[in-house]
Amino acid sequence: MTRQRPEPVQVVKERRDAALHALADGIPYVRFLNITFERHGNELTAVLNFQDAHIGNPGIPALHGGVTASFLETTALIGLGWQNLWEGIESGRIDAKNLTPQSLPRMPKTIDFTVDYLRTGLPRDAYARAVVNRSGRRYASVHVEAWQDNRQRPFAQATGHFLMPPPPE
Amino acid sequence: MTDTPDPRAETARQFIEALPHCKALAMEVVEIGYGRAVMSMPWDEKLVGDPGTGVIHGGAVSSLMDTCGGTAVMTHPNGPLTTATLDLRIDYMRPATPGQGITATATCYHMTRTVAFVRAVATDDDTENPVAAATGAFTVTTSS
Repeated sequence: MTRQRPEPVQVVKERRDAALHALADGIPYVRFLNITFERHGNELTAVLNFQDAHIGNPGIPALHGGVTASFLETTALIGLGWQNLWEGIESGRIDAKNLTPQSLPRMPKTIDFTVDYLRTGLPRDAYARAVVNRSGRRYASVHVEAWQDNRQRPFAQATGHFLMPPPPE
Repeated sequence: MTDTPDPRAETARQFIEALPHCKALAMEVVEIGYGRAVMSMPWDEKLVGDPGTGVIHGGAVSSLMDTCGGTAVMTHPNGPLTTATLDLRIDYMRPATPGQGITATATCYHMTRTVAFVRAVATDDDTENPVAAATGAFTVTTSS
């Protein structure tokens, strides 16, 4: 029995980065907040690239709670969408190279989202990762943690429930 | 509610509308005073969360509800000095209609020396069917 040769690294990277680009870069509000994603294999880290418009209280100064909530919700949604997309692009069922925001599978919808503000968000970049605790046929539950200087000291965390898109016909 | 304007209302309005992120989202204070606030945010292409439909991103609605909640706390008769969000839960009932602005109404329905409890709803032009509802706990610091 002969084992199939692994794909060249460039082919793998191009496919995965193209899928991530189609998923995350087409959303106006994500661009407005300057949220980007870093990918290591299938693991995503969301980055909130700091800008002055993120400030809520200029006295402290601190990130606006709404920016933090938006960042966490975006991380959860893209994380869930990415997990759903992964199997499709890796198996070749979905052609990642020709994916556009318009041809993407439907995205999950947020049902509810609870943000826990642990400490003041400082005026600098923030990072977040999502963990999909349950992803069923109809509903999903996702937890997100965001940090700035120290991964062990998150400044906010959130849990949300999402309605999964109906399976393709 | 009373008909007398809250004496702190104008100061609070100027403070809120000058916050950088609130300015970035063009938020406006519509009504304010005695632990209740109404705020609006116009529809804008940059707030869209689903480019296929033009529906506003849930995060932008969260930002408005969070700001409105904090504003309601600041105008509570107990007179807190500062406030910050401790916890905010948002229920998304339906997608906001593309092209329509969002209006949030928040009430600070209870306040202790350290914590304020807030409820809020957000609507688009169809005010009978809310887009989202929120409940939150806010930190409170008082002078005493």
